[in-house]
Amino acid sequence: MLKYTGEHEWLKLDGDVATVGITEHASTLLGDLVFVELPDVGTKLTKGDGAAVVESVKAASDVYAPLAGEVVEVNQAIAKDPSLVNSDPLGAGWFFKLKLADVKAMDGLLDEVAYKALVN
Amino acid sequence: MAANELSSPTFSLQRTPLYGLHVENGARMVPFAGYEMPVSFPLGVLKEHLHTRAASGLFDISHMGHIALWPKSGKLADVARALEQLVPMDILGLELGRQRYAYFTNERGGILDDLMVANLEDHLLLIVNAARKDADESHLQAHLTDQCRVERLDRALVALQGPQSESVLARFAPDCTRMRFMDVHRCKLMGAECIISRSGYTGEDGFEISVPSDVAREIAEGFLENSDVELIGLGARDSLRLEAGLCLYGSDIDETTTPHEAGLSWAIQKSRQRGGDRAGGFPGASILLQQIAQGAARRRVGLRPEGRAPIRNGTSLFANLEATEPVGSVTSGGFGPSVDTPIAMGYLPMELTAPQTTVVAEVRGKRLPVSVVELPFVKTGYKRC
Repeated sequence: MLKYTGEHEWLKLDGDVATVGITEHASTLLGDLVFVELPDVGTKLTKGDGAAVVESVKAASDVYAPLAGEVVEVNQAIAKDPSLVNSDPLGAGWFFKLKLADVKAMDGLLDEVAYKALVN
Repeated sequence: MAANELSSPTFSLQRTPLYGLHVENGARMVPFAGYEMPVSFPLGVLKEHLHTRAASGLFDISHMGHIALWPKSGKLADVARALEQLVPMDILGLELGRQRYAYFTNERGGILDDLMVANLEDHLLLIVNAARKDADESHLQAHLTDQCRVERLDRALVALQGPQSESVLARFAPDCTRMRFMDVHRCKLMGAECIISRSGYTGEDGFEISVPSDVAREIAEGFLENSDVELIGLGARDSLRLEAGLCLYGSDIDETTTPHEAGLSWAIQKSRQRGGDRAGGFPGASILLQQIAQGAARRRVGLRPEGRAPIRNGTSLFANLEATEPVGSVTSGGFGPSVDTPIAMGYLPMELTAPQTTVVAEVRGKRLPVSVVELPFVKTGYKRC
């Protein structure tokens, strides 16, 4: 089950590792991405830290750490081809995997209904 | 994602006559120079940019200012001579039906605004930047009222840009095919009195068309009936002009940059330079003419990052990886969809301005190598003959 943040990220939990990406709403608003900068594997993040950077033709935007944890894997495919984030934001366009410091913190995030209410 | 980048504040902003058309076409509207303007349409900045280079893009630039200068004497030469007190251009020699790139200078040789000046026989028409139009009007009123009546015109301005623009416009104005780059003609378009110039801000062949506000939408919709035409927002307008190496007032040029530093002294005709018939006689002439003769300490250059990370406006530039003090900064930067690399412009000390010089940009704490390159980044398509 996907969880969401008010900063337009999604998280999918598997054990204590959450896969993180940006929502379709965010990828549409950002427009075609031309550059993605990912964190290094091993980076320890606290909630709200800048974790990645996405750039469109027009502007650079930060992707924030949705929860505290350690980056255990990054999706190099989107660094090579940023358009994957636009074409498949919930699938091939994932950003990084975060080993959560506290799995229970997932409960504090938005569910799909709450996220949809936020963006509509 | 930062929430503030995803919202569009709208407060006491003006709207152009094409506002409704933009909204109905799904534009993302943003505040720009006091107007609510379309930054992009559903096609998106990247594809809008590429479409303009391949076919024809329709731009709403009605936020820009129209200022007419009417001679009190009835003689256009009197207005031309008067305007030459504020710009270092040959305006007296500007022929009927032609326009010329110009800029207002200040006493330090800086640039107050850049503009187009057209000779329309009984008056000069100035097209000025949106954010500067009030200041420009005051500047003209303060200096030229003895010779001119300064009139702000409330008209819409649209641009058709790209290789198919001539065929798009020719359906409505067949004579446009005979125009050369920087020609200006008055003509009727769908029954309305319009002023067409063969010019633009994309590096492509194209036209800027001044139309009465009340028919602007009808004319825009007429162009859009052609399947070669797409509405294009300010986002792509910016990436197109950057690839074309064109300056944006307020970013690449301002009151603290001289035309010579900005690489714009080509626009000063011989008659206004040292040894010319009407040398000097504009604000900052001594500084500017000296720089033309002896050079300036810095110059605007094209920059191409060696990696894929764009370097944005304000990024500091260093002479090498070890340097701690910046030697310059980026004034416009982003991604060039047609060249498919990040591109930028900025100022560097003269000794670092030769093409192929490598300098270093600092982006998010990382030092990235950047090459100095010739401008423009793309081949321009101006119809010069």
